[in-house]
Amino acid sequence: MKKRVSPHRAALPFLLPNIAGFLLFTAWPVVATLLLSLCSWDMLTPPRWIGFDNFGELLGFHRGPDGWLANDPDFWKYLGNTLFMLLNLPLNIAGSLLLAMALNRRLRGAQAYRLLFFLPSILAGVPIYYLWRWLYNPQFGLFNSLLGLAGIAGPAWLQDAAWAKPAIMLMQSWMTVGGTSMVLYLAALQGVPRDLYEAAEIDGAGWWQQFRAVTWPGVRPVTFFIFTIGVIHGLQYGVDAVYVMTQGGPYGASTNLGFYIYRKAFVEFQMGYAAAIALVLFALIFTFTLLNWKKGGRVETD
Amino acid sequence: MKRTEAGGREKAWGWHVLLGVLGATMLLPLVFMVKTALSSADDAMAPATSPGAMLWPASWQWDNFAEVWRAVPFLRYYVNSLAVAAVATLGQVITSACAAYAFARLEWRGRDALFLGYLATMMIPHSVTMIPNFIAMRFIPDLLHAVAPGAAWEAMRYAGDVPVGRLAGLDSYFALTVPAMFSAYGTFMLRQFFQSIPRSLDEAARIDGAGNWVIFSRIILPLALPGLTTLTILTFMSVWGGFLWPLIVTSQDFMRTLPVGLQAFHGQYGTQWHLMMAAALLMLLPVLAVFLAGQRFFVAGATIGAVKG
Repeated sequence: MKKRVSPHRAALPFLLPNIAGFLLFTAWPVVATLLLSLCSWDMLTPPRWIGFDNFGELLGFHRGPDGWLANDPDFWKYLGNTLFMLLNLPLNIAGSLLLAMALNRRLRGAQAYRLLFFLPSILAGVPIYYLWRWLYNPQFGLFNSLLGLAGIAGPAWLQDAAWAKPAIMLMQSWMTVGGTSMVLYLAALQGVPRDLYEAAEIDGAGWWQQFRAVTWPGVRPVTFFIFTIGVIHGLQYGVDAVYVMTQGGPYGASTNLGFYIYRKAFVEFQMGYAAAIALVLFALIFTFTLLNWKKGGRVETD
Repeated sequence: MKRTEAGGREKAWGWHVLLGVLGATMLLPLVFMVKTALSSADDAMAPATSPGAMLWPASWQWDNFAEVWRAVPFLRYYVNSLAVAAVATLGQVITSACAAYAFARLEWRGRDALFLGYLATMMIPHSVTMIPNFIAMRFIPDLLHAVAPGAAWEAMRYAGDVPVGRLAGLDSYFALTVPAMFSAYGTFMLRQFFQSIPRSLDEAARIDGAGNWVIFSRIILPLALPGLTTLTILTFMSVWGGFLWPLIVTSQDFMRTLPVGLQAFHGQYGTQWHLMMAAALLMLLPVLAVFLAGQRFFVAGATIGAVKG
């Protein structure tokens, strides 16, 4: 009875469908993107092998009349936009933690509040992007109507180059602050031993000192996880949201790398160039994950 | 966290005020959505004169919800979305469960290395695989021509009078469903669930002469029902809401899914916001229903994701 039935032959039928799909729709496409990034191809004429020209165009600089100029200034602008739109992550994390702390007590109806805060993250998606586009409508939207009642003339929001990014970020915060991160924080808070708080209290620690000495260290692994996932998601964020809300405008003010790839590939049909941008994005995510992983190891040991 | 648990009523009261105000603020956009969906076109596009008028329809236009189905092929979008989400979900749960069984329960050479490889692919952004997958869909009919000449692979098919798109390639249900049937995440998640099932159960069954398929279908699957339900819900929601892939692989109106179809309310002369909001609500209703019915599975999904950290 000890002898297990033969390994490979038994596992193969279980694995086969998944492996086949994995090879066809994930593994091969990664290779194809690598090859494609070395070509110029509009899908009408045959692809042309151009070596690393796409990357030179994307990441390179040339000498202008006064100083060095980027070959593709758009790329750097959109990279900037992408990084800028990560800036609300710390705020979202803080908001999720505060909400979780407010909910983490014996309170009648706590379950109902949790549901209420969780709701936006469940509904998140294209219909909600349209809703927010409507909320930001300069004439009839909710925000400018409210501001109007207070006697303030609101900005044009999504149609204003200065406000488009913050507007998208506000929507993103609304959608995420009570979502998964809050649930994870709630679970983590319940795992912090009560007697630590009691001990801190006996030592005369106030609310802030208790938070710094007990709560914050107690939830640190969760914070680290949410931050990591948040950056990875944020870097590839928002083709859907940007497509629906602004189409990347005005004048590229809300175009991020994800939307740039979409536009190059599926609007301008520069497949090779789009593949090159996608690979640069991949490299960014990969580098971040690697650095983070090393740092994560350190955090766990100290 | 508060000084004492027996702190008194007034403290609980304070928290209720705080949480209530926060919750109401979070809810405000959704109230505005419902209000717009129930307003006439003129009322929706009128400057607000009072806070009440902002959140309460001047006259209740229930007919908006009927108009949505008349104004655009909304029923077709709805059926497409339902069918695509159902088929893709079923496919993904099956392929993930089978693979998860091989990873969690069978011993074979290279298992752990392959599993690590699977995990690593979760890091690949969609945009990297999307471009070649789109190109593949574009050229599938040509490929089929090369293999089996003669058949009209690129022709649009009809079921009676109803167009059902190509067999495969762009504007096909194949393109909308099949690529969504495979997921490293689903495999990973079910593997976690399977591993929590005591091994003594399969060993007992093996002694009784049960083979892998019997153990898989009679022992593991029934016991992993919460995990299967979680994956079903999460996958269904994600395909139901999926936007970019359906957007690029469909160009015919009758192949559109709901999220892509909503664009139809952007008219030449501006957006019909009252219909857009009514349509958006109709699309969100199933999401809300699934959420309320299966709340605990969402939490399970959230926490299993954290384990992968």
